Amino acid sequence: MTQEHLANINLDEPEETLSMNPKKFMLWLTIVSILMMFAGWTSGYLVRKAEGRWHEFEMPIIFWYSTGILLISSIFMFFAVRAAKNNNFSTLKIAISITFVFGLGFLTTQVLGFSDLIKNQLYFAGSDVAASWLYALIGLHAAHVISGLVVLLISLISSFRFTNEKKNLTRIQLCATYWHFLDILWLYLFLFLYFNR
Amino acid sequence: MATETLHAIDTHAHSHDEHEHHELGFVQKYIFSEDHKTIAKQYLISGIIWAFFGGAMSIIFRLQLGFPNMDLTWLKPVLGQWIVEGKLEKEFYLALVTMHGTIMVFFVLTAGLSGTFSNFLIPLQIGARDMASGFINMLSYWFFFVASVIMFASLFIETGPASGGWVIYPPLSALPQAMPGSGLGMTLWLSSMALFIVSQLMGGINYICTIINLRTRGMSFTKLPLTIWAFFFTAILGLLSFPVLLSAALLLIFDRSFGTSFYLSEIYIGGEALPNVGGSAILYQHLFWFLGHPEVYIVLLPALGITSEIIATNSRKPIFGYRAMIGSLMGITLLAFIVWAHHMFVTGMNPFLGSVFMFLTLIIAVPSAVKAFNYITTLWRGNIIFTPAMLFSIGLVSLFISGGLTGIILGNSALDINLHDTYFVVAHFHLVMGAASFFGLMAGVYHWFPKMFGRIMNKTAGYVHFWFTFVGVYCVFFPMHYIGLAGFPRRYYSFTALGNGRMEAFVDMNMFISIAAIITFTAQAIFTVNFIYSIFKGKRAPQNPWSSNTLEWTTPVVPGHGNWEGEIPAVYRWPYDYSKPGSTTDFIPQNVPYSATLESNFPEENEEIAKEKEIEGLLDIQNSSYNH
Repeated sequence: MTQEHLANINLDEPEETLSMNPKKFMLWLTIVSILMMFAGWTSGYLVRKAEGRWHEFEMPIIFWYSTGILLISSIFMFFAVRAAKNNNFSTLKIAISITFVFGLGFLTTQVLGFSDLIKNQLYFAGSDVAASWLYALIGLHAAHVISGLVVLLISLISSFRFTNEKKNLTRIQLCATYWHFLDILWLYLFLFLYFNR
Repeated sequence: MATETLHAIDTHAHSHDEHEHHELGFVQKYIFSEDHKTIAKQYLISGIIWAFFGGAMSIIFRLQLGFPNMDLTWLKPVLGQWIVEGKLEKEFYLALVTMHGTIMVFFVLTAGLSGTFSNFLIPLQIGARDMASGFINMLSYWFFFVASVIMFASLFIETGPASGGWVIYPPLSALPQAMPGSGLGMTLWLSSMALFIVSQLMGGINYICTIINLRTRGMSFTKLPLTIWAFFFTAILGLLSFPVLLSAALLLIFDRSFGTSFYLSEIYIGGEALPNVGGSAILYQHLFWFLGHPEVYIVLLPALGITSEIIATNSRKPIFGYRAMIGSLMGITLLAFIVWAHHMFVTGMNPFLGSVFMFLTLIIAVPSAVKAFNYITTLWRGNIIFTPAMLFSIGLVSLFISGGLTGIILGNSALDINLHDTYFVVAHFHLVMGAASFFGLMAGVYHWFPKMFGRIMNKTAGYVHFWFTFVGVYCVFFPMHYIGLAGFPRRYYSFTALGNGRMEAFVDMNMFISIAAIITFTAQAIFTVNFIYSIFKGKRAPQNPWSSNTLEWTTPVVPGHGNWEGEIPAVYRWPYDYSKPGSTTDFIPQNVPYSATLESNFPEENEEIAKEKEIEGLLDIQNSSYNH
């Protein structure tokens, strides 16, 4: 056992068996529960589709663009975390702002996607159950993106206010994990919907 | 790294000082408390209050079932318009059944049992100052509280609370015009449950995070008490299954409020077709039972964990098959997720699929039997001390076996065609899940009451309470098997119009059940009085009243904020060293190192002594930084 290991143990807190920050661990558990929710919805979708009387729909082209926008946003989130780790605050501010703007852009494109669906006579209620599922899955993901944007906004504000704090790094890392998760969740939903029309 | 740690030490020592000199205000100490022990007590007391309401409801509908011609006018002061001409309103009967189920399953046996004991025991038994996040823990309770208030309020609205059964199957629950309870009552039910799910998720995330991250020095997973293992698996079950209930409920909300048709299709009301087309009501059942079945184990596993601990302590014997117990908990947890469709054998599912689910369901008998055998073999030739907690634990084993056996019958898809939705099912799940978990809850309260309030509950009252409850529960639920076999469907308001005298033959048995239920329910007053009296006037408890091995008994009699006054004890051994051959005492607590018990060590334990030096080395360094 090295000296460094010994010094690592807090005074009267028990030895940490996982080197993970409890907050990060809790975030991962939250992500698991959100994942289970979407697993419930997508498997419900499959069960319903397997029952037949299912109208195939066209995915509006705009959802391809929104996918790209969210991916770019995620890439800038990655840069933001790297900048925060290297104490490169000007880059951090730029990167996290771009992330936020592209996040807003994603939401806008999703709304435009909904209006495209409406143009094709597909409504949330009353037209067809396949359309209802489409709206529900995309809408519920968008609701989570809104929560992600709130988290992102908090990190954004704090990275403009404080420049040299470890707490800030943890906050940005938490935010990044959630944001990347929302990105991957969208990729999953998009591919799921694309292949299971 | 090193400076960071020192900084942490400084702030911690500082905050420690603060705790000693600063008394928290009343609100922070008792209401919006972040202390896991206070939150546990809040859950316990809320659970007991809810249990009273849930039980009282069952008594009212038992009156209807046992004495259908009885004049219920005397209930009018309580039930008001729900009593019409001395009779219980039919719709309100359904509401009572629904609310009894909802309250007992979610508010008493999920929040009241797992909420109480996970919160209370996890930090105390793993050696932690508190939960990973006290704030989220507090939020968890208050979300539960708001959910409770909404559910309670729904009892008082004009159209009555939700009445479609605790499973709230659509279309009954999805169409407000279907029955009075499907209107505002259903909306309140859904809002309350949404908050409840959030509360349970926050709690569960905390439990898992605490067990994994905050164990004391030396507390490896294989040294955890079985209570903690049970709470751990319970939290995992909740984390994976409650979100699916939320997703099912959200789609139901869409159907109710936004006019979608996820669960609705081709419905005629009063000869008129509804516009909803294309939905699937069975889909809801799949989603619901994906939670619903794990929920059974969310209710039961904590009770099983509590029982393991109490039986080992009061048999003065190591638990038989510690690893087999963990393995069977794990097995039950895994199987819980792949058996849900056994609730749906009669929905017209493919018989082949039914046989797959039947096969998986019957496998659950294996880990369950392992647990039952291990309890019995732990009791076998032990120096049994019959405390009230021990009696309730043994009662749990009895109920678990007698209720579990009928599970094997119901798990068969062919037999289930006859028995589905009869009182046989009611008898089965009340014994194996309801009464067994309730006994676990009671056992836990009697056993850990000294740690919660520093006093011991009256023993004699405990014995009287136990025997009334134990005999009462069997008198209530055993005859129900016969009623079920005779074809009585559950949730029926009245049986007089059914089947040519066949039903009348069971009138006296129904009467017997109702009388037994009333006596059992009344006997719970003994517990309530004992509980409240003992909080204030009970006999003062010593530090370790049951001579138990686990860490919570090394804290002061009433642990303060932070649980241990000095440093947290390190753990060297498993928690079940009772009556160890060669030892001078009949129990060796977890914090006694092997180097101190050379006379009773096994050869492989002598090898562990070398590792202890390492743990103590850590301690010395910690102590020196204390002094400096």
